[in-house]
Amino acid sequence: MRALNVAALMMFAVACAKENGNQSATASSTPTSSSQSVDLTGAGATFPYPLYSKWFSDYANVTGVKINYQSIGSGGGIRQLSEETVDFGASDSPMSDEELAKAKGGPVLHIPTVLGADVITYNLPGVTTPLRFTPDAIAAIFMGRIKKWNDTRLASLNPGVALPNQDILVVHRSDGSGTTYIFTDYLTTAVPAWKTAVGKGKEVKWPVGLGAKGNEGVAGQVKQTPGALGYVELAYAKQNNLPVAAIRNKSGQFVVASVAAVTAAAAGAAKALPPDTDYRISIVDAPGADSYPISSFTWILAYQKQKDAVKGKKLVDFLNWALTDGEKQAGPLDYAPLPAEMASTVRDRLKTIDLTGTK
Amino acid sequence: MTAISAEAVQKDRRRLRVHEAAIGDRIYEILTTACALVVPALVIAIAIAIFAAAWPAFAKVGLSIVTSTDWDVRAGKFGAAPAIFGTLVSSVVALIIATPLAIGVAIFLSEFSPKWLRQPIGFLVDLLAAVPSVVYGLWGIFVLLPLLREQVMPFLRDTLHLGATPFFTGPAYGPSMLAAGIILAIMALPYISSVSREVLLAVPRSQREAALALGATRWEMIRDAVVPYAKSGIIGGIMLGLGRALGETMAVTMVIGNRLEISASLFSPGYTMASLIANQFGEATSDLHLSALMAVGAILFVITLIVNAVARWLVWQVSRGRVS
Repeated sequence: MRALNVAALMMFAVACAKENGNQSATASSTPTSSSQSVDLTGAGATFPYPLYSKWFSDYANVTGVKINYQSIGSGGGIRQLSEETVDFGASDSPMSDEELAKAKGGPVLHIPTVLGADVITYNLPGVTTPLRFTPDAIAAIFMGRIKKWNDTRLASLNPGVALPNQDILVVHRSDGSGTTYIFTDYLTTAVPAWKTAVGKGKEVKWPVGLGAKGNEGVAGQVKQTPGALGYVELAYAKQNNLPVAAIRNKSGQFVVASVAAVTAAAAGAAKALPPDTDYRISIVDAPGADSYPISSFTWILAYQKQKDAVKGKKLVDFLNWALTDGEKQAGPLDYAPLPAEMASTVRDRLKTIDLTGTK
Repeated sequence: MTAISAEAVQKDRRRLRVHEAAIGDRIYEILTTACALVVPALVIAIAIAIFAAAWPAFAKVGLSIVTSTDWDVRAGKFGAAPAIFGTLVSSVVALIIATPLAIGVAIFLSEFSPKWLRQPIGFLVDLLAAVPSVVYGLWGIFVLLPLLREQVMPFLRDTLHLGATPFFTGPAYGPSMLAAGIILAIMALPYISSVSREVLLAVPRSQREAALALGATRWEMIRDAVVPYAKSGIIGGIMLGLGRALGETMAVTMVIGNRLEISASLFSPGYTMASLIANQFGEATSDLHLSALMAVGAILFVITLIVNAVARWLVWQVSRGRVS
């Protein structure tokens, strides 16, 4: 027993010594390498995370500024920004007026970074050409009003395609997500019946269908079940070579989602923006012949008045870099970059961030 | 003289050792007491935190969070009845599947298995408990769901004509209450079987010998002498498995279909309380929504507490021989 005691004490002592050693090591190394570098922390959306993490690592290589980002979801990002536990947030849906009012650090700036889109994917063995849908048809399927694949409303949109006499299994997201927000925002904008019956949100009360967790859950369910149909993010669909549908846009053209078609939608919407916009804008069902209609910005959220002048400067510098050099990396990762003119007006907006600081 | 002094020295040494042991005992006593106090204090602290966070939702929607089936975040309606139903039904289905299997394994291992087979089989069964739940979920998506959709569900519904009952009707998509029940059964099984095996092995040899001496066959011996003796422990194991099933989140979320609806058919998709929290917590921003999810957590907490209390009561009853 005594031996055990002694051994335990010794291990404890060793552990303490180790900890002390580590501390002194880090303490002595930090001042030399990066005494001026103030690390930034951010939290929020998972959707742009693959791109953001590349941005952060590239930016650290270029400037030495380290940015720590937790992809905990848009809701979590908004909560943490409101509580001022992070230096910036990120969200796939704009903050509501109620959420803005609750933010403890004052007015919040919405900074669009890139664009994402939702696609309709489906599992119909033997059908190789992209199916065509109108917004009304999509809404009717997701409301359970079109139940079979060979419904005349679908057949008339897809002449020459042998649609089977089979039930449509609707698959939607079960977890709250920006992907669902974009999708329901689109249907709410384009289809009045959807607006009254379901509405938009990160999670809604789905009239029919199965819920699956994450893009991978929806895609997996659709892939496995003949007759299934669901919506996933463009980047996810492209990277996994899922069949995607062409969707009729506001100009009456059927458009298959692509990075170019999403940027086109943003360009169409950006032209109509007033100069004092807060960028909390929806670009679903955007005008323009080439525009893909189920598109949306994703935003970085930052306080208009930065409390810490040094950190604020780092953040603005990073955002300027992201909106110039960073945008070039979007395409290869299947995110649509901002239209060039818009990126420049957003950069102008960054100049309005108050960097005088309070400490 | 030398002898005396040697004796004295030895005495001294002994006293010293006793004294040291007493200090060691004291330290261990304090340490273990601290552990014993910290854990209940943690449980109480968690309960207080959950109920405090859930209070706004209880105050706003009242009992309808338990009774209503309407969960519409946008409209501020939070009725979690389908999730409560789903949690209970999927867990009961899991127990119905897992209990006979687990007890069968336990009886085989304790009564019939040759010694050399006991270790490997026991090890493999216990290993089921070590598999991460997300792995079960993936297995569920890629193996179980297609199997259910293409083979098991049509077989149950059409070949066995169970479609005539309300429990096996509707289209066979795969993700369903049945799938969740099967996944949970596999996850609960090692808990039940491991506890049952230990208590069966702990049944005294004399109990078995007495039964055999009275002319019982092996089966009669197990049924009348061994299992009744071990009953309270087996029930304890089943309740442990039930606790596992009630709280499981990830694997269930991946196969249950996440539909907030109450349906008698096991082929229909459903929802559980744990899945509801896991699915919606990350993106919940409104205070009421967050609070409602906390309230669901509080209800799950209470249900788990009730299950444990019932288990204690059952074990107590059985060990006193009131339930025969």
